[in-house]
Amino acid sequence: MSMVLFDVPGPKARVRHKILAVAGIAVALAAVAYVVMRFIATEQFTARRLDWINYKQIQLSLLEAIGNTLSAFAIGAVLALVFGALFAAARLSDHAWVRTPAAVIVEIFRAIPLVIMMFFFYYGLPSTGIKMSAFTAVVVSLMLYNGSVLAEIFRAGINSLPKGQSEAAYALGMRKTQVMTFVLLPQALRAMLPTIISQLVVLLKDTALGFLITFEELLRWGTLIGGDAVNFGRPMISVMIVVALIYIGMCLLLTWLATYLEKRNRRNKKVIKTDNDDAGQVQLGNASAAVGGVTV
Amino acid sequence: MSVLTNNLELFLRLFGQTLQLFAISAVLSLVLGTLLAALRVSPVPVFRAIGATYVTVLRNTPLTLVFVFFLFAYPLLEILRIEPYTAAVVALTLYTAAFVCEVVRSGINTVPVGQAEASRALGLTFTQMLGNVVLPQALRSVVPPMTSTMIALLKNTTVASGFAVPQAGSIRDALSEQGDNVLFGLIWVAIGFVVLVMPLTYVQQVFEKRWSVAR
Repeated sequence: MSMVLFDVPGPKARVRHKILAVAGIAVALAAVAYVVMRFIATEQFTARRLDWINYKQIQLSLLEAIGNTLSAFAIGAVLALVFGALFAAARLSDHAWVRTPAAVIVEIFRAIPLVIMMFFFYYGLPSTGIKMSAFTAVVVSLMLYNGSVLAEIFRAGINSLPKGQSEAAYALGMRKTQVMTFVLLPQALRAMLPTIISQLVVLLKDTALGFLITFEELLRWGTLIGGDAVNFGRPMISVMIVVALIYIGMCLLLTWLATYLEKRNRRNKKVIKTDNDDAGQVQLGNASAAVGGVTV
Repeated sequence: MSVLTNNLELFLRLFGQTLQLFAISAVLSLVLGTLLAALRVSPVPVFRAIGATYVTVLRNTPLTLVFVFFLFAYPLLEILRIEPYTAAVVALTLYTAAFVCEVVRSGINTVPVGQAEASRALGLTFTQMLGNVVLPQALRSVVPPMTSTMIALLKNTTVASGFAVPQAGSIRDALSEQGDNVLFGLIWVAIGFVVLVMPLTYVQQVFEKRWSVAR
């Protein structure tokens, strides 16, 4: 918790906090109870409205929809990472004629809403003769938008490294590419990993925008089954709860991966620190030996 | 160019709708987000848990799903009839509030504990401490990410085009109904957003540069 604002509570404050806690629980429970009552009153969880779970066909189509969402995510993520790496490299270039256009492109793609991009590729481009499937339109838009954001993340990560790193590498006679791949990128990637993964969570959520251009993903599956008034009497609520849980589950898994990597990262740094200390001691030992050598 | 000049009235009207949608949701989400942040930094564990649950759920749900819920699922509960426009505002507000909450909370957490302890030692009251010591410092680290959140909200208003709420994203529907060139229409919409977002990005960068030096 944030200890900035409050002192350690005394006996009076503890009593007050307990009363507030009880009130808070009461309000939260009342809100949940009201929603559940509405669910019951409008018969959202009757056997007919939950019947869709029993159909094998629907279960398979659910798996297929999740598969579509995940493949759009996977391909979009890989392409966005490549796009981001290329444009970050271009923005960090020493040549203004590479740097400036890259900066303009990144800034523009960051400013255009993803929905407009998807509309552009799916509804706009066919008039010029280029036909794209909804899947391609989603993946390309995700690549352009998230790639631009990732390019900025990469660039910020590399710029945040101490200048001494690249200066030392240049002083050792490394080429520009060597400095980037051997010295800057390994350090920057480690620092940026949590940010990159949280951007990938955004990308995963953004696949749901494919719903707007009829891409057959998880959310569209949900509206199709949930809107089925003939067979199941519009089980929109129960279906949407399932869909939301799947999305939240997938995103939380990614977020946990980010925190896990962050933790491992911190642990690694400590290991490196002790390694360095050992190395320092070894060096000291060598130095004293050398000094000793000189005196002898 | 003719797509824009022939439909100038349409473009202006719908971009106006976008700005209106943005302004209303921005104000509401700032208020709700700050309240949620107050819950998340409160000394009562239950309040913190409520705030954390809200933020976790809303931040990991796609905005489109929130829209679908409020436009397709919520009416089935027969609680209170709301117009699609109101539903869009509610969806945008609830979704953005989770991000506003995180920005405000992390802003407060960047203030060193010693600042608050020192002000308590000097005998400042809670409101004096908050108003004169903590918040002015927190504001510095809040404004740049808050601008990004608001830029995201401005762009997110286009999600409403899938739900028959008129805003800049619905220009495509109007143009294709008239048989106009959708491709160029969409390019103009994109340019419109670039024009709206760029100044905000610039302001954000200025704040970030000027204030990052301070600590």
